[in-house]
Amino acid sequence: MKKEGKKIQISERRRFFTNIAQGTGLGIMGGLLWAGYAEKAKSSPLTLRPPAALKENDFLRTCIKCGLCAEACINRPSNIDKESGKPRPGTLKMAKAQDAAAIGTPFFVPADVPCYMCDDIPCVPVCPTGALDEEMVTNEAGELDFKMMDMGIAVVDPNSCIAFWGIQCDACYRACPLLDEAIKLKYGRNERTGKHAFLMPVVEMTICTGCGLCEKACVTEKPAIFIQPREIALGKPGDHYVKGWDQKDQQRVAKRMDTDVTTHNKRSEKEASDYLNEGVDFE
Amino acid sequence: MRGWILSNYKYLILRRISQITLLVLYFGGNAYGWKMLTGTISSSSVLGALPLSDPFAVLQMLAAGAALSFDVLLGAIIIALFYGIIGGRAFCSWVCPVNMVTDAANWLRRKLYIDKIERKIWVTRNLRYYMIVIALIVSLLTGMAAFEIISPITILNRGVIFGFGAGAGLLVAIFFFDLFVLKNGWCGHVCPLGGVHSIIGKYNLLRVKHNSDNCTLCMKCKDVCPEVQVLNMIGKRSEFVVKQECTNCGRCVDVCDDDALGFNIRNYIKK
Repeated sequence: MKKEGKKIQISERRRFFTNIAQGTGLGIMGGLLWAGYAEKAKSSPLTLRPPAALKENDFLRTCIKCGLCAEACINRPSNIDKESGKPRPGTLKMAKAQDAAAIGTPFFVPADVPCYMCDDIPCVPVCPTGALDEEMVTNEAGELDFKMMDMGIAVVDPNSCIAFWGIQCDACYRACPLLDEAIKLKYGRNERTGKHAFLMPVVEMTICTGCGLCEKACVTEKPAIFIQPREIALGKPGDHYVKGWDQKDQQRVAKRMDTDVTTHNKRSEKEASDYLNEGVDFE
Repeated sequence: MRGWILSNYKYLILRRISQITLLVLYFGGNAYGWKMLTGTISSSSVLGALPLSDPFAVLQMLAAGAALSFDVLLGAIIIALFYGIIGGRAFCSWVCPVNMVTDAANWLRRKLYIDKIERKIWVTRNLRYYMIVIALIVSLLTGMAAFEIISPITILNRGVIFGFGAGAGLLVAIFFFDLFVLKNGWCGHVCPLGGVHSIIGKYNLLRVKHNSDNCTLCMKCKDVCPEVQVLNMIGKRSEFVVKQECTNCGRCVDVCDDDALGFNIRNYIKK
């Protein structure tokens, strides 16, 4: 024990370790704050990315935020306004701090400016990092193919779509660059009048690229057809349900066998036919 | 008068021309479709052919686990070679747009005599190197280039090219931090990109050389230097500014009235 009044001696060793501990502590504190912010910036699943973007997590780690895609988009020759001769606003924007997407990454809002699905897809080949992967929009012939774009998916809200009310409107159907492929009109009989038809837009999920021209064209106050990222708008049935009448669907399930997951629990020890019959007197 | 301005502000004017020209070229690349310099400071393309990339951004992306294309790697190597052989840490004072913000804060600081009044806060100038390590660790853990989502450099650069957003507040914050909290706080202490460029430019050829025979110990150079520790030989030894943190900004050469400081080529072969 030290006597009162005596000056406490701080050894060099104590000083050294304290400094190290202090630095480590500050580093961990800053690092955790930083990592927290990074995780928050990552969690923006409502973002629509440029064509041929990698999956969101891979895209976020691979995009260097250089903006070459956005510049290629706004400066493409087809983007000149025929009346004024000046470029129109580009589809791709670089996210600012207040936007839903992680800061500095490219995204688009179809209701403002949709993607016009250029033949030459100018935004993709300029990407220096591969965050926009040319291969994802290159067909078997080795050409860029805008039909292979996959930015999102159009979703129809049948309650607010006036075509579902019985009012004739095919604005989205006609705006679609893949006319009668990505959006088809489903015919229905209007029971109310007995003599009119419903012409209802239905999105073909496998063909729609998510360009958003339909959303831009929609006449309702807030678009009744709108683009969502596929991860959000699409469900997944899993491999347990099979279309028994469809050979292709059976092949899909056949493929899953090597990655099949079997559940083991108390019940699975016995065959279903055994435990289901338990306690049943057959006599 | 004109002669005085040219001799005392030569490198400052050249640096501002360099920084602003680059911003104008970047801006035109987006707004008018100029091909000279497209992209942003993170990764650019010269004439649509030569890639240039930020080596620190690439390092973080690799730490985050990105599989990168050849273009961006080549761009980073070109930048690293240029500054490694010739420029040294010149990126910070000749290219980086935040330099104009922090220089403005530092200028105002001198005009208002804040140096003489403020409470002294001591922060190690090695903080930037720790920031590099933390940035790489956070990139590794979160799978996202960590500094790139907070970097005021790219926020300012993108702001000029694509329009400013809420991120511009960070630049105001840095201005006040440098003005009232810590002298040369951002560029001289915190910025990890400056740290990376310090390391890259450690052995470059183009450096400021001091001639102590001419020195009158007026200390004007130490007054303006943003990395004042690199001028430790002033009035003592005639030698190159060897410390890696020197940004080659040339302010010391500008303000020296005694011809005791000037740019020179480091000669490694003679020794």
